[in-house]
Order: sequence, then structure tokens, then C-alpha cells
Amino acid sequence: MPPDALARDALSVDVWTFAAIAAMAAATYFTRVFGYLLVRRVTVSGRLASALEAVPGAILTAIIAPMAFATGPAESGAALVTVLLALRLPLIVAVAGGCLAVVGLRLLLL
Amino acid sequence: MTNTDRSGEFTAGVLTILPVLVAVVVYGLLFGALAAQKGLSPLEVTVMSALVFAGASQFVAVEIWTSPPGVLLLALTALMVNLRHVLMGAALAPFIRGWPRGRTWTALFFMTDENWALTLQRAGRTTITPAFYFGLALPLYGGWIACTTLGAVFGAVLQDPARYGLDFAFTAVFLTLLASQWKGRRSLFPWLASAAVAVTAHSLLPGVWYIVLGGLAGTLVGAFQGPPLMPETYRTASGGTSDAA
Repeated sequence: MPPDALARDALSVDVWTFAAIAAMAAATYFTRVFGYLLVRRVTVSGRLASALEAVPGAILTAIIAPMAFATGPAESGAALVTVLLALRLPLIVAVAGGCLAVVGLRLLLL
Repeated sequence: MTNTDRSGEFTAGVLTILPVLVAVVVYGLLFGALAAQKGLSPLEVTVMSALVFAGASQFVAVEIWTSPPGVLLLALTALMVNLRHVLMGAALAPFIRGWPRGRTWTALFFMTDENWALTLQRAGRTTITPAFYFGLALPLYGGWIACTTLGAVFGAVLQDPARYGLDFAFTAVFLTLLASQWKGRRSLFPWLASAAVAVTAHSLLPGVWYIVLGGLAGTLVGAFQGPPLMPETYRTASGGTSDAA
């Protein structure tokens, strides 16, 4: 790739990409101010608070479930390795360990 | 407040956030590299980090990124992933309520798991000043933008990311984030419901609706898990690195 093509590529912004980023930014800022605005009027409690509390874990589980449980034994094994490492070691070590485990298990389980 | 007080408070904030920056560097480089593999340009990565500034939701967005991107789905997913901010903002409100209005709205833009947890930790001992809060927030913000951009510049060069297990990196990142979200037995049934619905939806439906459907299932089950742990326990439970930025 010629140098100026690379430079233009690095600085390119696609219209739809920008629209998606702007929409994500608006949604995210909304979540950041909404809680603050909410407690000025009402107290979040009971089922609603329990439900809100469950949201992050539920979303993260949904994201990883197909890869961790329905892709193959190497991926499921590496997921287990990652969680076990995360219980004791810094999270970054767990991420690196999980990636190494998936490479190793794919070779072993070919 | 005098200028010396203010710079002292700002410095205290910077020193408090420093250890967290190590994680931001690594997650930032990784995020940038993965985004580049999905075809985002370094400048697009910079813009996303500067405007969204929420690690977990950025990782999710890139994971489900298509060309052209699904704007509605991405916004909805960011909304769901970041819903925890609603609880965090409610817990933070008493400590920033008295600030000048502009600073309050700016402070909320910069609210992340890390500086939120560190702010509430300090709030137990002393008053939170805007100078301290922005001392936490600005290095985190600058560091996240810089490292994600760097990652995108160098990540585009990587050939065949699966060779290094990088196709598993998203899952590994989310698993570690998830592990730090574990709140004992009350987490079990919501997570099982979410996993079951997500796996089923993943095999039946196109695209990434499995994330929204699984998330909704887990949230519904979560509503019936007894009274919430908010605010004190939620505070300590998410004191770790549960979000990359």
C-alpha cells in the first residue's frame, strides 16, 4: 500500500460508522445522566432496582454464551480456564491465559 | 477554594487513578487491535473512544460490528450494556449535586466503573471536589483514547488473529468482566436464564438479537431475586476492574 493511501485510510471516517458511534454515544450518555435525574424525583427500589442490578451480568452472559457453550470443546475449555484464572489472578492475565488456552486446545482437539 | 487547594485535589485524583491506568493501557491496545480487525480506521476508533468512553460497550459494539453497521442495534446494545450507569449515577448523585450545573453534566459524561468506585470510596472520608473527580477522570479519558488509537494503528497489521487466539479475546474479556459481577446465589438464576435464551436465540435468529433477548431474560429473572444489594454492596462488589474504561 502506498504511504499516502495508508494515511488516508487511517484518517477515514465512514458516514454510517459515524452515525453508529453517535447513536452509541447518545445512548451511553443517557444512561450516565438518567440515574442522576431519577433520584431527584423518585427512589429506585424493589423489583425495578433488582432488575436493574441484574442487567450487566445478564448482558455479559448473553454475549459470551454462544461462544462459551455452543461453539466447540476448545472454546468451552478455554472459557473455563479464563474464569478459573480470573478468580485468583489479575484480569489481564486471565484474558491472556484464555487466548493461549484456546490456541492450545484447538491444536490438541483437532 | 484557592488555586493551591484545587491543584492539590487534582493531583490527589491523578495519583489515585494511576494503578488503574495499567489495565486501561492493556485493554485499550487490545480493543484498538480488535476494532482494526473489524475494519474500523484508527480515526474512527479515536472518535468512538472520545464520544462513547465506555469500555465494555465498545468491546461489544466491535464484536457485533457489521459493514455497514446496524445503527439501531448498536445503540440498543450500548444502552443495555451501560444500564448499570443508571444505578451508579443514582449512587453518585448526592456527592455531585451541589456542583455548578455545567460541571455536574460534564462529570456524568466521564463516569466509569473505575472513577465511580474510587469517588465513592473517598466520599466515605471527605467531600468530593470537582478538582479531585476530574483528576481521576481526565487521565483515564486521555489514556483510553490514546491506547485504543495506538492499538488500531498497529492492530491493522496483524495477520490471521485466530493464530494468537485473538478471536477468543472478546469472550475472555467479557468472562473476566462477568466474574467480577458475581454477587453470589442471586446471580445464578439470572445468568442461567440469560445463557439458555442466548444460546437458543443464537441458533434460531440471524444477527445479534441473542444479546438483547438473553439480556432481557436474565434481567426479568433478576427482578425476582429479592431486594437489591444497592447501594453499599453494589459499591464494593464492583470495586474491581469491571469495565475497561
